[in-house]
Amino acid sequence: MSQVLATPRVRLPRTARAGDVIEIRTLMEHPMETGLRHEGARTVPRDMLTHMAVRLNGETVFSAELHNGTSANPYHVFFLRIERSSQLEFTWTDGQGRTARTEARITLA
Amino acid sequence: MRTTRRTLLALAALPFAAAAAGEDALQAAIARLVGDAPIIDGGITLRTPPVAENGGQVPVTIVVDSPMSPADHVTAIHVFATRNPTPYVADFRLTPRLARAEVQTRIRLAEAQRIIVLARTSDGQVQRAVAEIRVTTGGCLS
Repeated sequence: MSQVLATPRVRLPRTARAGDVIEIRTLMEHPMETGLRHEGARTVPRDMLTHMAVRLNGETVFSAELHNGTSANPYHVFFLRIERSSQLEFTWTDGQGRTARTEARITLA
Repeated sequence: MRTTRRTLLALAALPFAAAAAGEDALQAAIARLVGDAPIIDGGITLRTPPVAENGGQVPVTIVVDSPMSPADHVTAIHVFATRNPTPYVADFRLTPRLARAEVQTRIRLAEAQRIIVLARTSDGQVQRAVAEIRVTTGGCLS
């Protein structure tokens, strides 16, 4: 089991015009072990990212509860409308309560 | 002879019985989630590959037909895989800050099965879309 969560990867434009719709792609490196899988006689211990949250200027705008069916290295794409220069914060939390965080800023062009 | 035939019939029925039990558990989970809201089919575009080579990484795109305005928007999208050991795949929470009610994700499928997506709107409606996916190699869930 990894002791430290990986650094999240987020792809989004750095600038936008007011009213623009922007695509945000996120990828978080993680095995997403369900605890149901066996390697020989050994059961691989559960190690899952269970929660993902995206905050726009401090307000949660998108979140997800991830269960066993989410693939390893969870990848998500969603679309935001940008009205002003914005601060985005992305957080992933695992079953032990550890978090990985990254931030991004979008400035009005 | 009689016993043999009965046994054979029982054996033949087993997989269906197991599948039916799984479906029942899933229907119960869905019922708990949506409460007594009626489920309406349609209003959702569910893009999945008809055949997934690798059940461990199946791309799924969910687009709900919604203006995403403060008065009328999608609040939640629930994803179920009917024949996974744990069928409830993910629960997405949306807000009107999102430009569209669209989420792309990648999911695991243990075997060929149906994907059920439910979308709940701000006025309490529940919409549903279903897609059938064949899987070449299972997604190592167990």
